[in-house]
Amino acid sequence: MNERNERIYGVACTFRKPADVFHAAEKVRDAGWTRWDVHTPFPIHGMDQAMGLPRSKVPRLTLLGGVTGFITGCLLTWYMNSFDYPLIVGGKPYWSAIYPFPVMYECTILFAAFGTFFGQFILNRLPHHHHPLFELPNFARVSDDTFMVVLEANDPKFHVDESRNFLQSLGGQEITVIRD
Amino acid sequence: MAHAHDSSSERPAILDKVRPAELPRPKLILNDRGFHWITDKVCGIVEEPTPLWWKVLFGVALFIASFTGLGLLYLVSTGTGTWGLRSPVGWGWAIVNFVFWVGIGHAGTLISAILCLLRQKWRTSINRAAEAMTIFAVMCAGIFPLFHVGRVWFGWWLFPLPNQNGIWPQFRSPLEWDVFAVSTYFTVSTLFWYMGMVPDLGTIRDRAKTWWRKAFYSVLALGWRGGNRQWSNFEMAYLLLAGLSTPLVLSVHTIVSFDFAVSNVPGWHTTIFPPYFVAGAIFSGFAMVLTLMLPLRAIYRLHDVINQYHIDNMCKIILATGTMVGYAYATEFFIAAYSGNAYEKFAFINRAFGQYAWAYWIMVSCNVITPQLFWFKKVRENHSLVWIICLFVNVGMWFERFVITVTSLANDYLPSSWGYYSPTIVDIFTFFGTFGFFSVLFLLFVRFLPLLPMAEVKMVAPQADPHAH
Repeated sequence: MNERNERIYGVACTFRKPADVFHAAEKVRDAGWTRWDVHTPFPIHGMDQAMGLPRSKVPRLTLLGGVTGFITGCLLTWYMNSFDYPLIVGGKPYWSAIYPFPVMYECTILFAAFGTFFGQFILNRLPHHHHPLFELPNFARVSDDTFMVVLEANDPKFHVDESRNFLQSLGGQEITVIRD
Repeated sequence: MAHAHDSSSERPAILDKVRPAELPRPKLILNDRGFHWITDKVCGIVEEPTPLWWKVLFGVALFIASFTGLGLLYLVSTGTGTWGLRSPVGWGWAIVNFVFWVGIGHAGTLISAILCLLRQKWRTSINRAAEAMTIFAVMCAGIFPLFHVGRVWFGWWLFPLPNQNGIWPQFRSPLEWDVFAVSTYFTVSTLFWYMGMVPDLGTIRDRAKTWWRKAFYSVLALGWRGGNRQWSNFEMAYLLLAGLSTPLVLSVHTIVSFDFAVSNVPGWHTTIFPPYFVAGAIFSGFAMVLTLMLPLRAIYRLHDVINQYHIDNMCKIILATGTMVGYAYATEFFIAAYSGNAYEKFAFINRAFGQYAWAYWIMVSCNVITPQLFWFKKVRENHSLVWIICLFVNVGMWFERFVITVTSLANDYLPSSWGYYSPTIVDIFTFFGTFGFFSVLFLLFVRFLPLLPMAEVKMVAPQADPHAH
């Protein structure tokens, strides 16, 4: 890495069609890149495989949330109706797994949803308001109808000129260097 | 996908000789609209100067909402005696309105979650507005249980929070289950709605011209960049939230029905209540979606993205669920007769022919008879008629809850304690105002947030397929 590269975030190029960016992504993946991304206005079907991405880790956080929620529901109902303030109502036991089941069920769903929602934002590193990509003039069109491949400078394969040529060979248009 | 390609060599030879007929699939987006058109259309609603009709409607909605404000103010300052509740009918309009509004919300979750799991692509156009409807309807619903406690400043005792009396909620009561079900439903629906909206808020942010607009939508969009590494987690989370919302929405109206079914009042104590309530909720919710979407479609000229196919599908769901509800009414009668229980038999004869027969027959004609018109294509294509039928469905579903709640309580076991329930003007004002409250929220949503999920609509466009040529 030379000194110039340290101030560079990466190289970006745009595509007009989902099919073009899809095939470009397959080629970047096959070339062995690891620090890169494809920015699209909507999720393109099959892009995870085209980029060689592993399965998302969100489900683990959902499971964690769900298990936490179920245990919370059990402890909540047991502590309040059986331990701290036992009260006989309707001849039902102080605590059983049956009568408070709706509460346990709802707590499971609530905490699993928290795990999913916050898990997704944590894994995506959001909120993240200052990013070099936002300085790119044509990046605004990526949330509309343009598709963009970004090769990042911290990838071991990165070299400004070679990466530009590589993107050009993929059929990318508007190749720009993103400065940090 | 990869697996399908691998096994292609083993497929039967006959498949090479015959050409399976292409199934004609109805177009979801008419006139071959492109991605940019969708962005322009949806962002345009938010970006245009506030239209006059919006200002007028917003003023009217605020005025109507003030009825709820006044009703509640009078209730809190005077006491729950200002409502029509007195022995033997201790549950009146408050629970009727609560169940009515919660039920309305269910269509939003059905569209966003269940139809997502069933891969119904047509859901995308109406998904966002229906979810917004869910959230606002649940807010309207929440007003009633909160204020019916009388001393509303003790409303937080419903939640498992430590208080100075050292007592806790009593979890053997279905009313307490309801607190958990409805608050979970509201929270999860809001999370789902917001998460789905983040990429679209990013689009509005990227198009913003003025400083305050940029700042407002930047904060809401959380710095979304639309990278596929983000989309990958986003789509997984979306699918999981859909998977979580499905059992949730079914449980919510099930638990609402437990409020009745767990008691031993004739006409309430039936096992049919959970499925019957869920079907009714979806039925009324879809009617409300159409009530809202048909005018919006006309005003904003959304005919290319909400086309006849979408309207047909919604009408058919209303027809199906309306028929299920009608079947449930019949089953209730059969079970009452078959039970051999004199009180149960009386409860149903009394519903249909007793002092509330007028309400019963309004319910039957609105819920069972009117939706049958949707069998006819001509009716489904006449959007004014569809809109009117949907209004009937909403009226009918309100009456269903009224019939269930009031007829059973007014004439229960002991004829000496029978009575007749009528609402007071305070009841009427409070309920009437919730339509204004709902409209205020919905109008704000239409004005400031993306009405259609742009990313999802683009995703189902034919040109979004990376294998299309």
